[in-house]
Amino acid sequence: MIAIVDYGVGNLFSLSSSLKALGFSAEVTGNGEKLRAAERIILPGVGAFGDAKAKLDATGLVPVLQEEARKKPLLGICLGMQLLFEQSFEYGEHPGLGLVPGQVVDLRNDLTDKMLKVPHMGWNSLQIQKSDPLFRYFRDGEYVYYVHSFYAKDCAASTVGTSQYGNVAVTGVVRNGYVWGTQFHPEKSGDAGLRLLKAFAEL
Amino acid sequence: MLAKRIIPCLDVKDGRVVKGTNFEGLRDMADPVEMAGFYNNSGADELVFYDITASAEGRNLFTDILRRVASEIFIPLTVGGGIRTLDDFDRVLKCGADKVSVNSGAIADPGIIGAAAKKYGDQCVVLSMDVKRVDGQFRLFAKGGREDTGLDAMDWAVRGVAAGAGEIVLNSIDTDGVKQGFDLEMLDTLAARVNVPVIASGGAGKMEDFAKLFTHPGIDAGLAASIFHTRQVDIKKLKQYLRTQGVEMRI
Repeated sequence: MIAIVDYGVGNLFSLSSSLKALGFSAEVTGNGEKLRAAERIILPGVGAFGDAKAKLDATGLVPVLQEEARKKPLLGICLGMQLLFEQSFEYGEHPGLGLVPGQVVDLRNDLTDKMLKVPHMGWNSLQIQKSDPLFRYFRDGEYVYYVHSFYAKDCAASTVGTSQYGNVAVTGVVRNGYVWGTQFHPEKSGDAGLRLLKAFAEL
Repeated sequence: MLAKRIIPCLDVKDGRVVKGTNFEGLRDMADPVEMAGFYNNSGADELVFYDITASAEGRNLFTDILRRVASEIFIPLTVGGGIRTLDDFDRVLKCGADKVSVNSGAIADPGIIGAAAKKYGDQCVVLSMDVKRVDGQFRLFAKGGREDTGLDAMDWAVRGVAAGAGEIVLNSIDTDGVKQGFDLEMLDTLAARVNVPVIASGGAGKMEDFAKLFTHPGIDAGLAASIFHTRQVDIKKLKQYLRTQGVEMRI
């Protein structure tokens, strides 16, 4: 079973539907025991980092996630991926889960072309930087759907996929041990996204 | 870089898609779930559903359809039509919508834009506007283009973005239905005033209209209904053609 962490952030309908459409059993849950019992965990998330982290802290699930991430595959999606890092500078300074080295910073500050729109929203092609089992069914350069204004930086060692936006190579996919993260939404990235989820579910 | 987006729009009334539907090979020619599947397989980058029913029964049918589409189609879904309150946002988001489009509801209560952006994020709030030239001004119209608000549409868009709208759909009443191309002058005026994605609507009649549209760098997406429903323009062929014209497309 794949546990989708429910901490009151974001819309989990598409994510659980996409896993079900692929034939995997998924459960949206905020229960620590269920996370421990699950074979895989997905940490979703939309909105602002500080707010989401506060909600996640309030559930008491942070130590469970940190512990389980050493034992089985964990996938953070969008803000859920950003939460995996050490810290974020979105409206202040917030500590993350510390599961992937690096930090989350304002994309706008790093774009030299100030005409580029932020949020980085829409379909961008994903370049595979390092081969990874998550890309088992994915072809280099396929398009994935992004919606975000902050991005992960100083994480070269764990970056396995990027998308170019202006001068910035946006961190698209990270991997550190049993921990994976996608900045884009695989559950909204059509067939290419479903194939990434399938690979994760089969890890 | 980001690909330009091609977006079919489905107007749904009493559980059926209205506006020239002429699909071949589909069991039910106006079933929104089947059409959504068809568009998904043709490479549509996003789907827009407008609920144009007024009755409570129609509304329930619509949310059922939305839920069915969202559990089968995994590309972004935008929903509009009759959105006036945060409860309306909540209702369609729970059924699997990713973005919610407000039009007359925001004109009646501009506070809805900021309230929704705060609760669901800017990326979730799409400001849709119907605009027509009146006395040398781009004038904002309400109620499906029937009512002149007297407001300057470009000022309204700037206000909407400041309040938290993450995207704007500009439907030109002047070019809508004429099929002689998008309203590039109106679109450029808007794109120069806002820094969020601009979706062009109204006027597409052939593939070349999209090629011309995307030579204007401020425009992010082209939206159309009947030319896609009637297969006058096939999305798969359109995207291949646009790519040969140097437009970045997800294929």
